[in-house]
Amino acid sequence: MAAPQQQKLKVNGPVAVTANRLTDGAVVWRTKAGGWSVELADAAVVTTADAALALLAEAGKRDLDAVGPYVAPVLVGTDGALAPGNLRERIRVAGPTFELPH
Amino acid sequence: MPLIEKGEIVADAYVRVADDEALPEGAPVLIGIDRLLSEAEALKGRQAPVGIIWPNNRPIAEIEPYLPQLALIALNFPSFRDGRAYSQARLLRERLGWTGPLRAIGNVLRDQFLLMERSGFDQIEAVKPADAEAFDEATHRYTVFYQPATDARPSLLRQRLGRTIAGIRS
Amino acid sequence: MYAYDEFDRAFLAERVAEFRDQVGRRLSGALSEDEFKPLRLMNGVYLQLHAYMLRIAIPYGTLSAAQLRRMAHVARVYDRGYGHFTTRQNIQFNWIKLDELPEAMAALAEVGVHGIQTSGNCIRNVTTDQWAAATPEECDDPRIWAEILRQYSTLHPEFTYLPRKFKIAVTAAGHDRAAIKVHDVGLRLHRNEAGELGFEVLVGGGLGRTPFVGKSIRPFLPARELLSYIEAIMRVYNQYGRRDNIYKARIKILVHEIGAEEFSKAVEAEWAAIRDGALHLTDEAIADIRDRFIYPAFETLENEPAELIEALADPRFATWHRNSVHTHKVPGHAIVTISLKPVGAPPGDATADQMDVVADLAERYAFSEIRVGHEQNLCLPHVAQRDLPALWAALDAAGLATPNVNLVNDIISCPGLDYCALANTRAIPVAQEIAKRFADLDRARGVGRLHINISGCINACGHHHVGHIGILGVEKNGQEFFQITLGGRADEHAQLGTLLGPAVSYEQVPGLVEDVVDTYMELRAGPHELFIDTVARLGVEPFKERVYAAH
Repeated sequence: MAAPQQQKLKVNGPVAVTANRLTDGAVVWRTKAGGWSVELADAAVVTTADAALALLAEAGKRDLDAVGPYVAPVLVGTDGALAPGNLRERIRVAGPTFELPH
Repeated sequence: MPLIEKGEIVADAYVRVADDEALPEGAPVLIGIDRLLSEAEALKGRQAPVGIIWPNNRPIAEIEPYLPQLALIALNFPSFRDGRAYSQARLLRERLGWTGPLRAIGNVLRDQFLLMERSGFDQIEAVKPADAEAFDEATHRYTVFYQPATDARPSLLRQRLGRTIAGIRS
Repeated sequence: MYAYDEFDRAFLAERVAEFRDQVGRRLSGALSEDEFKPLRLMNGVYLQLHAYMLRIAIPYGTLSAAQLRRMAHVARVYDRGYGHFTTRQNIQFNWIKLDELPEAMAALAEVGVHGIQTSGNCIRNVTTDQWAAATPEECDDPRIWAEILRQYSTLHPEFTYLPRKFKIAVTAAGHDRAAIKVHDVGLRLHRNEAGELGFEVLVGGGLGRTPFVGKSIRPFLPARELLSYIEAIMRVYNQYGRRDNIYKARIKILVHEIGAEEFSKAVEAEWAAIRDGALHLTDEAIADIRDRFIYPAFETLENEPAELIEALADPRFATWHRNSVHTHKVPGHAIVTISLKPVGAPPGDATADQMDVVADLAERYAFSEIRVGHEQNLCLPHVAQRDLPALWAALDAAGLATPNVNLVNDIISCPGLDYCALANTRAIPVAQEIAKRFADLDRARGVGRLHINISGCINACGHHHVGHIGILGVEKNGQEFFQITLGGRADEHAQLGTLLGPAVSYEQVPGLVEDVVDTYMELRAGPHELFIDTVARLGVEPFKERVYAAH
């Protein structure tokens, strides 16, 4: 199916920009300072399509740190804590939903 | 963009001329398909060499009547991921008997040089100067070729029967 | 086993060096991601949800013990201690780092293993019957021809940037275990009336968004003409396959749009020009490849030796023996399937420790040879029947003797949204829940042969269209939903399943599958009518009525 990168951008709530780190593929989030962090808590959060596109455009300027940036929904708790906004992002943050072989 | 011919970076003698531009007198030109089709007869009288950029979505067999009047054929890679010109190149060399220069143009990158050489290209117009510098390395990275193609590199299909790795490098 | 020679080893070393250079250029910025992506894909490297994924080819499903042990090593050192066997005789590692990939690949190349052309728009790993050279059903070892195709297609200069990926499967047995009718090219090796070897050639099969069963374009192609004919097919496809729309770029769409007859004519015309050329396979060239397959020196043994008869008194062993042991062409020997579907575990996964156990057992009991089937199970193709009790005891101790091969919880599943960047829904946990509903294997055995296939998106890596019960994940308003089809099959009678009814939620799937199975148990003509035959006899309507009335 189409990955989020290929889909039309719809923003109806808080969103952040996420990607995978070039060297190891780890999930990273675009920060306010214009870098990348593996912590969702560090993500820059915006709420309009224009702001999201601006954040995405900035993130896409250089593809040496992170690969395949796209806009992903996040949830902002009453205490301001961030959580992933859909199942795909929950899995990216927390890993597969079943016990891994060991 | 640097032009590589038979492994060396060379000056490009050909001038690319758009369909609506006048042909420069006495200079080798590289023209588009529309001009060739509409002015084929007139072009025959031209003193300087004529090369053609043949599009990758047009059957290459259609070029056959024009071959005697052409001095260069360029095949296009609109993206390096679009591999139609490899088949066109092989058909030109192996089916239509083209022995003149065959140039790869477009989104031509280092990691495809070897494939182009093996398909019969002897001129490569590289997008990146650094890629052109690395031509020798890029085309000699492999010593083993499993299948026969247009180039003279011996393929394993035959070579294996000799059972020795010595002498396989062309 | 096929023995790599100095040429194959030199090639692999050169390929690893090239990839190391490409990774270096990517990390330095000389290559953009757009430029690098097709190069890494051509080496089996994907970027998935959590990390890079490395897909390793297991050509025609054959592995040596040393190769499997090296995969265990890679799983331990470069990954998280396990691997996933896929529906195309590959294995995937889910947690590899890009900067460690060249090292991992070098380690694999030392034993002749690689990820070359396991992705990208090129000719992919050629697959075949996991029972090759062991089953009494076949007319020749199909791996000889798969190996000829592997060599021919490796780094093919003309066919490395095709419109889309290209998958070839070969079978040499009447019963098709390689799903050749749902491949871009399917090759059925058989003998004609004169006793000569040749292929029936099918094209344009495939699953995904637009599924088709392949069409026969040539009933008999003399075997030695294989490469020139394949080259003709590839050349027609490379020039005329659609490149304007990624969803219409597979050869099946070209064949569908111009018709099998027109396509066949174009291929025959191209073939006429090249059939006597450099690709003509001489007897010497074929013999050279054939000679490098090393076959076991089988002992002369009787069927049903005393050790086996005695062990069959143990009902647990007897149950496994009935389920997982199959007839071998050599008396006194057997083919053993190793289920990678313990109830409740991710289908097709094996830990590094389990890989080591299988490698050890293959060395001790099976001439060091292991096979991988598209059903995501392993197989020991050559086991002496007298060794079966000891082999079973060792497999059982490692959790590798679940006697559920071909049963309802031998589920084929793609990785789904738990790993895959393309997926819409999860697939593995769905498989786990269904398997648990049938954890009572006596019940599963009562149901008999039933293949469930699950895909987490329309790309159909779980081959849901050809599952007896097919389950396809779709997203609706951010929720996971699943469409159910019945009556698909991937064998010599290949056909696509029929939609049962509206999609159901994640939570409803296991119950719905149970209802389908219960309905079958009530409607079947008798214990000998398989699920797939009941569906063929009655259609999906009676199932639909019962199942949707309950939900």
